[in-house]
Amino acid sequence: MIQTLAFYLFAFLVIASAVFTIMARNPVHSVLWLILAFFNAAGLMIIVGAEFIAALLVIVYVGAVAVLFLFVVMMLDIDFAELRAGFVKNFPLGIAIALVLLAELVLGIGAYRAGAIELGVPDGSAAPLMDRTNIESLGAVLYGEYLFLFETAGLILLVAMVGAIVLTHREQPKGARGHQNIGKQNRRRPDEATEMKRPEVGKGVEL
Amino acid sequence: MTAFFQSLGMTYEWAWFVATLAGVLLIALPLMLAVAMIIYADRKIWAAIALRRGPNVVGPFGLLQSFADGLKVFLQETIIPSAANKGLFLIGPIVTFTVALLAWAVIPFGPEAVLADINIGLLYVLAISSLGVYGVVIAGWASNSKYPFFSAMRAAAQMISYEVSIGFILICVILYAGTTNLNDMIEAQRGHGFGLVNGFFFNLLLFPMWIMFLISSLAETARAPFDLTEAESELVAGYQTEYSSMSFALFWLGEYANVLLMCALNAILFFGGWLPPLNVDLIPWFDIPGWIWLFAKIFLFFFIFSWVKATVPRFRYDQLMRLGWKVFLPLSLLFVVLISGWLMFTRYGVAA
Repeated sequence: MIQTLAFYLFAFLVIASAVFTIMARNPVHSVLWLILAFFNAAGLMIIVGAEFIAALLVIVYVGAVAVLFLFVVMMLDIDFAELRAGFVKNFPLGIAIALVLLAELVLGIGAYRAGAIELGVPDGSAAPLMDRTNIESLGAVLYGEYLFLFETAGLILLVAMVGAIVLTHREQPKGARGHQNIGKQNRRRPDEATEMKRPEVGKGVEL
Repeated sequence: MTAFFQSLGMTYEWAWFVATLAGVLLIALPLMLAVAMIIYADRKIWAAIALRRGPNVVGPFGLLQSFADGLKVFLQETIIPSAANKGLFLIGPIVTFTVALLAWAVIPFGPEAVLADINIGLLYVLAISSLGVYGVVIAGWASNSKYPFFSAMRAAAQMISYEVSIGFILICVILYAGTTNLNDMIEAQRGHGFGLVNGFFFNLLLFPMWIMFLISSLAETARAPFDLTEAESELVAGYQTEYSSMSFALFWLGEYANVLLMCALNAILFFGGWLPPLNVDLIPWFDIPGWIWLFAKIFLFFFIFSWVKATVPRFRYDQLMRLGWKVFLPLSLLFVVLISGWLMFTRYGVAA
């Protein structure tokens, strides 16, 4: 009973916030609705017992990715007139995408109506994972069965990251304005940064 | 607690509901009181280090100062700037405050005294603490004013940077404890050092991690010397500039609840939480209830927080970023490799 209620609550909120994400006029509101959608998706994950995935969804998407989205979107200078100007130009493309999506929906529902596909009987290789916690079974799958794929994915991400850094990194010439020598800053002591002067009355200080 | 309410003649469902509600109130209300008293303690410690008296007028020793401040703030007028994004402007402090309270659900106050004893306890804390930034960012943007906006930018960059190294530090602790349930983590620390002392703090590999965690928790809660989000010499009052009355008070309460949470995490992850510091039954050592030990440790860490606030000058923003990305991140990554190698070698066997 509670599960059903919670499911409909989360599902309704996911869809509603997804709708608001695309309907919102202001991009910042859009991102915030998107975050709400992520959050409720995490709730749905918890209902099916995948608490680790739910935690990851919140940590990675809500905690990091969406913050970066928000960070960028907040700095946009939004001109609503310009946004609407593109409407007529992009209208045919939008219609085409909507038609493709509609066709997919119709096909999908048709396939669902036609009955289930024969996938064979499970051979029991996944069965021992059932009595362990989420994290243990995920670890066993990722670092056991799919170790090669997992590490390849990691390597691709690393290469992408290095590529992004190489593309944006600009070597600053030594002594350029803004170049900082941290070691030099840390080594600095009060006696080389300040100087005590005791001027006599009536006389100035020579610097 | 569910069993107690069942013994009063309720059905299981109602007993569970009432017990959970009672648990929530039992954590949230004392937490509010603790926040009020910890603000007082903060001001007193700060004053003592600066050779001042600190609050000493309202109530005996000034103990009621925080309540007087709260009452004053409550009676003030709530001002919403006309150019502000009204809805988000009000949501900002609510998010900060709610998120600060949420994480306390999994904090264990004793072997049995935990509201939600979930398997992914530590990940839950990490997830919730990563939400804290939204309150600040929303407030800064919705204020529609320069300084709050700068402050929101700083807060977003700062919190993301330090969450990365905090994540790696937590992975080290998880590796050692072999679990993410906070109660099991505390149990894993029982007699960790030669069966004598309780706590990962005494482990040579985890001790540097604790130092980094303490500094990162200062940065994560935007306390001095990392309080660049509200650096008054640069940003007026940061993201709180346009706030007044209760919406301002909610920021304060949330901030201090977050500080307390970070102190509690320090105690739980590295100092054995509700366990006594020594695993030897000297005096009736183990008869002292666990929550007293936990509170003593939380207060110890809070004292360190205030001590740092009173003595250390504020960082420059580029220094803050450098510390996070160029020092803490490589170091914590190195320690993840070191610790997993060491555990492979000693605990799981090289062949595995």
